[in-house]
This record gives sequence, structure tokens and C-alpha cells, in this order.
Amino acid sequence: MAYLDINHVVRKFGGLVAVNDITVGLEQGEIFGLIGPNGSGKTTLFNTINNYYPANSGEIIFKGIPITRMSTHEICRLGIGRTFQVVKPLKRMTVLENVMAGAFLRTNSATKARDKALEIVDFCELMQRKDMPAKSLPIADKKRMEIARSLAGDPELILLDETAAGLNLKEIDAAMVIVKKIRDKGITCFVVEHVMKFLMGISDRVMCINFGAEIARGTPKEMSRHPEVIKAYLGEEYVKGK
Amino acid sequence: MAKKSWFLPAILGIVAIALPPFLGGYFQHILILVMMWVAMATGWNLLGGYCGQASLGSAAFFGLGAYGAGMLYLHWGISPWWGVIAGPLLAIVVAIPIGLVTFRLRGGYFVLSMLAVCETIRIIFLNWVEMSAGPLGIVIERTWGMEKLPYYYMVLAIAALSLYVVYRLMKSKFGYYFVSIREDQDAAEGLGIPSTKYKMYALIPCAGIIGLAGAFYMNYMAFIEPNTVFPLIISATMILSVMLGGPGTFWGPALGATIFVLLSELLRAFAGPVIGTIHYLIFALILVLVIMFLPNGIAGEGDKIKRLFRGKKPVYVGGE
Repeated sequence: MAYLDINHVVRKFGGLVAVNDITVGLEQGEIFGLIGPNGSGKTTLFNTINNYYPANSGEIIFKGIPITRMSTHEICRLGIGRTFQVVKPLKRMTVLENVMAGAFLRTNSATKARDKALEIVDFCELMQRKDMPAKSLPIADKKRMEIARSLAGDPELILLDETAAGLNLKEIDAAMVIVKKIRDKGITCFVVEHVMKFLMGISDRVMCINFGAEIARGTPKEMSRHPEVIKAYLGEEYVKGK
Repeated sequence: MAKKSWFLPAILGIVAIALPPFLGGYFQHILILVMMWVAMATGWNLLGGYCGQASLGSAAFFGLGAYGAGMLYLHWGISPWWGVIAGPLLAIVVAIPIGLVTFRLRGGYFVLSMLAVCETIRIIFLNWVEMSAGPLGIVIERTWGMEKLPYYYMVLAIAALSLYVVYRLMKSKFGYYFVSIREDQDAAEGLGIPSTKYKMYALIPCAGIIGLAGAFYMNYMAFIEPNTVFPLIISATMILSVMLGGPGTFWGPALGATIFVLLSELLRAFAGPVIGTIHYLIFALILVLVIMFLPNGIAGEGDKIKRLFRGKKPVYVGGE
């Protein structure tokens, strides 16, 4: 049994099947990438993992524990952290307070939470921003703060939803460094990404989905040449043209 | 969660303790009202300001606190001073099931559900005569007759206690979790914060503080009936005080409540004989102006107010 087991998960919105029978297993310590065109169901899959949207059928097992019916905060306590594609900063709190709110998951003491938060803020290279209100951060730092906030709760698996979207090339490089650092801490990473440079550079395995269903799986290099993937992204003619 | 020096609060505390014996009965009465509203606005701010669950039915806790004290006397002849325990207890016991139901709702739906709950409780107390004496109300004998000073120190202690409770809560894990829930409930859940549970943790002290003020009201006014302790205007006054002073700030609600009570007494004393209850109209205007120009209240927009008086342009801190 894999570390995170997703078994035949289906999530529908009315007549639309957003996640259609996805089965995948993540191994501990890897960086697993999930790609797919817009609206292919990547974020919905994340939302079913931590039960923002309950799965209609199928089951999700983390460390041997079924989490399909657990509530979002219980799943987080079990060790699955996440970030959001559309960032959700706690706007009127400072960066440090945001990260402290995450750190309180494992401690009740404000002093310990502050120490932990400072350590994480430093790890994510946000030290010079720590006293700024979260709403006034530029987008790259908001995304990094979300990672920090999630890390402060000591997750064992982190779901990173489009960490590189909207960043410039320099910021993408910095984000890649941080994701690698997170993996080096022993935290398993499940990464949804559009920016190929980001995903190709860091992930061990990649799965591509379209219309909610898996179309290909393999190493990043295999994926970039896979006809189904090219078809999904660019259209039929590019497959033949190549 | 701002760091404030203890200088100003200490001076205010000394004045609040030392000044009243030298004042006349009328001014003592006004100060009693100020302190009562300070406690209530501070309690309301915990749930409404910090935790973001604005309730339009908090008069329910006030009335339950008052009736908790009054019914002790009505049924068993027990001194209503025991109400300082029974009142908040009754408010909390009723608040828990209410919270468990209404916290499933968000935003405007929550606000309206609390309003409905409060009206329901008012109608129950109005009609269940065997329990509450209905519209006849409860009359007690005042412990200190027309003497005001002991009541003042009583309510001063209640106000101080409520400020202390809120201060301690906001310095701890609870405070961070309350504010996280206010800022983004989904993000809070994603950080492992059980939002319904923590809303309850904000509701319980909130109901307790407002209930305590209600129990004091019973003892001080010596008469209550459902329409005087459960009306919408009591809930609204708590909200107005907090909005005026600054929701989600520590001193804001106390400041707002003070301004509110003093201003309404002034208006009543001078304009009242001419135009009756015009002070509500003037408050409505003030509130509109505050929401338009100081959406974070007087305490929350300190910098803006300072700039206004110095005539300087706002300084924006850039992203890079």
C-alpha cells in the first residue's frame, strides 16, 4: 500500500464529472506532479483529498488511515498541509501571525508558536517581510507565505496548488529551491502545476489528467514527449507534426 | 494584538476608581451606564469583532443574564446578587445549543438567525408567565436603596473583568484562531483549525460577559420585563458601540461605548425635551459617517485620524 492512496475517486458537480475515477498512489518522500489543461480537475482532486468537497465515491487512504469522511481540520492534524491556487492569506494579520496560526496546530503556547513560526519564516526566506500585513505582499510572497503557514503545522505531506502560477522566471527558480528544500526535510510533495519548467525541474513522477481522468503517467521527460499529453495541451495536429 | 503601554490604562483606572465619590448621583448613574456598556461592547467584540461572527441577537444573553438573577428571587426568594453567577451561567447554557445550530450558517444568514433566536426568547419570556412573570416583570428591592456608589464599583469590576478576559484570550492561541476564522474560514480549516469549535470558544465568554452585565442590570434597575431586556435596540447598541470604536481592536469597544452613552445622555438632556428620541437619528447619521470614512472605527483608524489633523497625505508602503 502506498503512502497516500487515492482509489477510484469520483467527484461530480451536477452533471459535470470533475474528477473521474482517479487512482494513484504516492510514495513517501517523493515529489509527485499533477498536470493537465485548465478545468481538467486538478484543484478539485486536491479539494477532495482534504475534503473541501467530499468525494462522491472512491476512497482516500493516508498512512493506512481512511480519510475520505474526515473533516478538513482533522485531515490537516493528521499531517496533510496545503496551499491554495487562489491565495487565501489571512489578510489583516501580519506574515508572522499567519505562520503562527499554522504553528498553533502542534502547540498551545504562544511563545513556542512564535519560535516555530520565526524558524519557518526564515526557512522560506520571508524574514524581511515578517511584520507586513499579509494583504500588502506581492503575489510571489503571498504564495511563499502560504507554504510557510502550512509547513508551520509540521505536515508529512504537502499539497502545493500552482505555486509557480503568476510568478516571473526568477521567482519560479526561488520557488523551486524551496520545494526541493521541503522535500529534503522528508516531506512528501504533491504538486499541481501549469508551469512546465517548474514541474520538469523538480518532480520524480508526473501524472497528466484531462476531463477529470488520467491520460498518462511517467517521468517528467517521458511526459513531455507523450502524444496524449501533447494532444491535450496543444491539439491533434502537433502530435503528427512532431 | 497591538502592544500598548500600560501608562494610559493605569491613569484611566485610577481616575475611574478615585473620581466617582466626588460626583453627584446623576453623573454616577451615567458612569454606571458607561461601564455596563463597556463590558457589553467588549464581550460582543470578542465574537463579533475578533471572530467575525457579528450577532444581531446578543440582547438574548443580556436578558437571560437579567432573568437568571431575577428568577432566583421570583421563585425562591434568593438574593439576586447570586445572579452574578446564575445570570452568566443561564446565558452560557442557552448560548451553547444556539451556537451549535447557528454557527453552521455564514455571513448574513448567521446575523439573521441570531436576530430570530433573540426575538424567540423574548416572546417566550413574555408569554411563559409561570416561569418569568411575563409582561408584569420582576421587581426586587434594591440592596443599597438610592445609593449609587456601591453599584458603580460593582460594574467597574465587571467592566475590568471583561477587558481582562478578552485581553488574555487574545494573547493566546484562542486569539490567533479567532482572527484566522474571521479572515478566511476555509483557509483556517485548511490550517487545521476546527472553526465551529473555536466559534463556540468565542461565544461562551461573550455570552458570559453580556449575561453578567444583564445580572448587574437586574440588581441596579430593580425592575425588568421582557421588552426592556430583550429588545433589538440593546443588540444594536452593542454593535454601534463596537463599530464606532473599532471592531477587532482591544480598546475600541470601550471607547465606542463611552462615546455612545455620553452622547446619548447629552442629546437626551438638551434636545430631548424638544424633539424626543432624536438621539437615535443622530446616531444613525454618525454611524453612516463612521462606516464611510472610518470603516475600522476610531481605534482601528488611529493613523488616518492623526493624518487628518496634521493635514498630511497618506504614506503608502510599496511592495518591493
